[in-house]
Amino acid sequence: MADVRALGPLGMVTLRTDLAAAAGALRDGLGLDVPERLRIAGDTRRGAAWMAPDELLLFVAPGEGGAVAADLGRRLGEVPHLCADVSDLRVGFAVEGEGWREVLAKLSPADLHPDAFGSRAFRRTRLGQVAAAIWPEGDGAHVLVFRSFGDYTLRLLRQSAFDGAVGFF
Amino acid sequence: MLILFCPHCGVEADETELAPGGEAHLRREGPGSADEAFEGYLFGRVNPKGVHFERWRHAYGCGKWFLAARDTATMRVWGTYPASEAGPPDPLRDAVTADRPGWAWRDLGGAA
Ligand SMILES: [Zn+2]
Repeated sequence: MADVRALGPLGMVTLRTDLAAAAGALRDGLGLDVPERLRIAGDTRRGAAWMAPDELLLFVAPGEGGAVAADLGRRLGEVPHLCADVSDLRVGFAVEGEGWREVLAKLSPADLHPDAFGSRAFRRTRLGQVAAAIWPEGDGAHVLVFRSFGDYTLRLLRQSAFDGAVGFF
Repeated sequence: MLILFCPHCGVEADETELAPGGEAHLRREGPGSADEAFEGYLFGRVNPKGVHFERWRHAYGCGKWFLAARDTATMRVWGTYPASEAGPPDPLRDAVTADRPGWAWRDLGGAA
């Protein structure tokens, strides 16, 4: 069954603003497009994930969050915004290998069928008892939760993987 | 089990991904209001069997508030709309009326 491991340090920046008005700053500053609703543009190394109608989570190199947030804030200028380094707010996990989809599906009410949860999808949902963001990446999916839920989530994912496949997908 | 469409992010959200927010379309009665009106604003809630309008928050998703029209007895859901709307959109009212002619809820109701 799938393997579960913690991702190393991630660089993350939260951006809350009128997303359409921020498109130029995002392209000039990071070379990223504003992702469509429930989508991620790029990936965990450099990407922009759609969190809410007025919120993106930007992935940058570890340690670069502060500099990117400051630069983006300057570029946004008069556009009302909140832009902050949140690299320590959340922790990431990778669920990789055969059966990764079931490892997540057993823990979440979200539709994780390949038709609904395919390449570029980004879904905020519930895993067990905690809020999480999940998206397909690499040979499986990546999972993001608040740091204080990290231990719980790692054990939850490993238990789900240990319990084996149910053959749904 | 309730599945509600979040009008903000487009997710068909499971009930366990949502936080209930009680009755929809409450009108705030401020400091200058009559005691009775203020009491009603704070404590007066309807608890109908049938058509009901409720607030929900997509707590495990985009975090936004929305409103839902459903039947509390059958769990039939007629639709959802952003919490910024002052009342249910006309197509939604029409859908309720088609299913439950003569329905009434607070000062809302189907056409006679
Ligand atoms: Zn939502």
